[in-house]
Amino acid sequence: MADGTGNRAFVEFDRVQKSYDGETLVVKDLNLSIGKGEFLTMLGPSGSGKTTCLMMLAGFETATHGDIKLDGIAINNIPPHKRGIGMVFQNYALFPHMTVGENLAFPLEVRKMSKVETEQKVQRALDMVQMGAFSGRRPAQLSGGQQQRIALARALVFDAELVLMDEPLGALDKQLREHMQYEIKHIHENLGITVVYVTHDQSEALTMSDRIAVFNDGVIQQLAPPPDLYERPDNAFVAQFIGENNKLNGKVIAVDGGTATVELPGDIKVNAHAVNCGGAGQNTMLSIRPERVLLGPDATSNAMEGHVVELIYLGDHIRCRMEVAGNDDFIVKVANSHEHAALKVGERTPLGWVTEDCRALDAV
Amino acid sequence: MLAADGTPLKASLARALRRQKLRALMLIAPLLLFVVLTFIAPIVDMLWRSIENQLVPETLPRTVEALKDWNPKSGEVPGEAVFAALAADLQIAVKAKTHTRVASRLNYEQPGIASLFRQSGRKVKRLEEGNYREQFLDMHDGWGSIAVWSTIKRFSGDYTAGYFLNAVDMENTGDGAQFKSEDQQIYLFLFGRTFLLSVTITFTCLLLGYPLAWLLATLPVRTSNLLMILVLLPFWTSLLVRTSAWIVLLQQEGVINDTLVTIGILDDNNRLQMMFNQTGTIIAMTHILLPFMILPLYSVMKTIPPSYVRAAKSLGATDWTAFWRVYFPQSVPGIGAGAILVFIVAIGYYITPELVGGTDGIFISNRIAYHISSSLNWGLGAALGVILLGVVLIFYWTYDKIVGIDNVKLG
Ligand SMILES: Nc1ncnc2c1ncn2[C@@H]1O[C@H](COP(=O)(O)OP(=O)(O)O)[C@@H](O)[C@H]1O
Ligand SMILES: [Mg+2]
Repeated sequence: MADGTGNRAFVEFDRVQKSYDGETLVVKDLNLSIGKGEFLTMLGPSGSGKTTCLMMLAGFETATHGDIKLDGIAINNIPPHKRGIGMVFQNYALFPHMTVGENLAFPLEVRKMSKVETEQKVQRALDMVQMGAFSGRRPAQLSGGQQQRIALARALVFDAELVLMDEPLGALDKQLREHMQYEIKHIHENLGITVVYVTHDQSEALTMSDRIAVFNDGVIQQLAPPPDLYERPDNAFVAQFIGENNKLNGKVIAVDGGTATVELPGDIKVNAHAVNCGGAGQNTMLSIRPERVLLGPDATSNAMEGHVVELIYLGDHIRCRMEVAGNDDFIVKVANSHEHAALKVGERTPLGWVTEDCRALDAV
Repeated sequence: MLAADGTPLKASLARALRRQKLRALMLIAPLLLFVVLTFIAPIVDMLWRSIENQLVPETLPRTVEALKDWNPKSGEVPGEAVFAALAADLQIAVKAKTHTRVASRLNYEQPGIASLFRQSGRKVKRLEEGNYREQFLDMHDGWGSIAVWSTIKRFSGDYTAGYFLNAVDMENTGDGAQFKSEDQQIYLFLFGRTFLLSVTITFTCLLLGYPLAWLLATLPVRTSNLLMILVLLPFWTSLLVRTSAWIVLLQQEGVINDTLVTIGILDDNNRLQMMFNQTGTIIAMTHILLPFMILPLYSVMKTIPPSYVRAAKSLGATDWTAFWRVYFPQSVPGIGAGAILVFIVAIGYYITPELVGGTDGIFISNRIAYHISSSLNWGLGAALGVILLGVVLIFYWTYDKIVGIDNVKLG
């Protein structure tokens, strides 16, 4: 699968900036290459500029600066209807006065395709999303999930090579959403199309994507495949935004190769993997995932003491909230095994981690 | 279904709701009273006047009774008994001074009767006992006319269809209703013109209002609020002021003609006639009724998400196709609502055609006003009004059947 590094990029943002009001930049110096056939997700909190990027790619907003290239050609001056990009909108935007069949036939009709061919393609697209029997219905007569499928089929029916989706599953309930995630993923794999997907839901992004671009404040914070993003966040924002994270604020004392020695409140000195922490004397944020914290006799390296504040029983594991080095919101996931079952609220217990699992990042 | 205490559920629900209903009723009572007194009552009175005819039988009771035996087809003037009754009725009526009212009422149907009654009224005191037929015939030739007597006989009932027949240019000459001769027909033509002009005005309002409503619905809120104020400004300005302003602009010595002459497009002797005719009515009324078109259009367009047009474009539609196949069909309820509003207001409009319509730009309502305030033929005015009301209700009903009246929203 293309990952934007080897092959020539299919979609390319080249130093793109966007401002709506001429005062603030909503998108700041965006560089992004998307390979052919890739499933790329733009993930970020609301207002971080994801939709704006998508709209610039689709042609509904113009970039204030920079080039957007599709298959090597700058498309800044090509109107949206000539770009041939399929798009799934958040509210589906199915035309309410047309039946499902007419909705799907619309892009083919405006391309002056023959009646027979139109009918075939519509039927094939409907079958692909398992909606073959609904051609005569109006959008209003369909459930949310069904409308979603039709919107997807409509974006695919004219054989677009690039399909954009702006939070397409946002209006569905959790179960349906998870189901649709797999279906979209399968369709993407079967058709070999390129998908640019926007969401603010990290689990959705992690499930579906080849690569994820984490947006914040108009800047891509990190662009990486899902496992990297979780295991190796580049900066504090990504560490906090993706998955559950324990943060400990401290000061760098020394950096030796890839290891930083950090002083935490309470005169505790620990080691962490130096990622983005500056040199000695700088403030840093240590990031460690709850499932990587070691308790009790296991805590052999970087050991300190934790104070159990709260225990929540979750069946296969126990969530343990602790006070550690001045942070009373330090979460540890404890496997529900015999050795660990004995934790009690109020207890003090040794706590530590493997240096590689703790990342010293920029202070926020 | 029974409630917990054994009473029927319906009854106990009704009891529970009664207080609420009573309070709601008391809140609207003043308005209700006001509407009944100033709106419903006059309409009922108008409906009544368009058919009631009690004046004739009340003023000439004996004559009406005696005429029952007379057949107009006989070709002869009624006999002595009728004239004796007429003498008795007229003497009483003259004392009460009511004979002139009957005279003008009957004069609507048969011109000339008014003077017949007035002249005879002056002489009726001098009538001698007996042989009334000869004395009346001496008094005025009119009493020898079969037409006069058959008119009196035809209008001797308590109710009459005469006003309505008149209102649609028909008359009852004794052998059934038929259309008046071509040169006496005016109302049907006037109804037709009112209809055509109203349709034209509705159409020009749509043409001018649609793009503006679209702009209002798509511009950023601050700009569109400013525009909205400009749209509503005419609403806050006196109707008379606006209409007079159009006169100033459009009349032959007005601003537009002067300008055109000054810059040499028009010859001074060839000034455009844009006022006191149909053009004037159309221009002034379009301006006045434009908000009635824009507001419902706007309220419908505001609910059409911009993503529809975007979706259409992303699917390959040009700007025009996206508008025509996707945006326009969804704005149709707004067009329907605006059109019906403008049309219904236009068809009953009075003040503007009166001021700028001249003779060929006036509406049926101007004729109604004429009958109410000048000719004092209230019955005919009422009949015309009832027909107009009926036409409007029919349009309203048709619209409701086709589009649904729920779609009419103002803002
Ligand atoms: N049409 C617009 N006009 C002005 N500002 C806008 C417009 N669309 C978005 N913005 C602003 O741009 C920023 C990014 O918005 P958006 O791209 O929609 O973010 P996201 O999709 O990540 O939630 C927000 O601050 C938003 O207020
Ligand atoms: Mg968005």
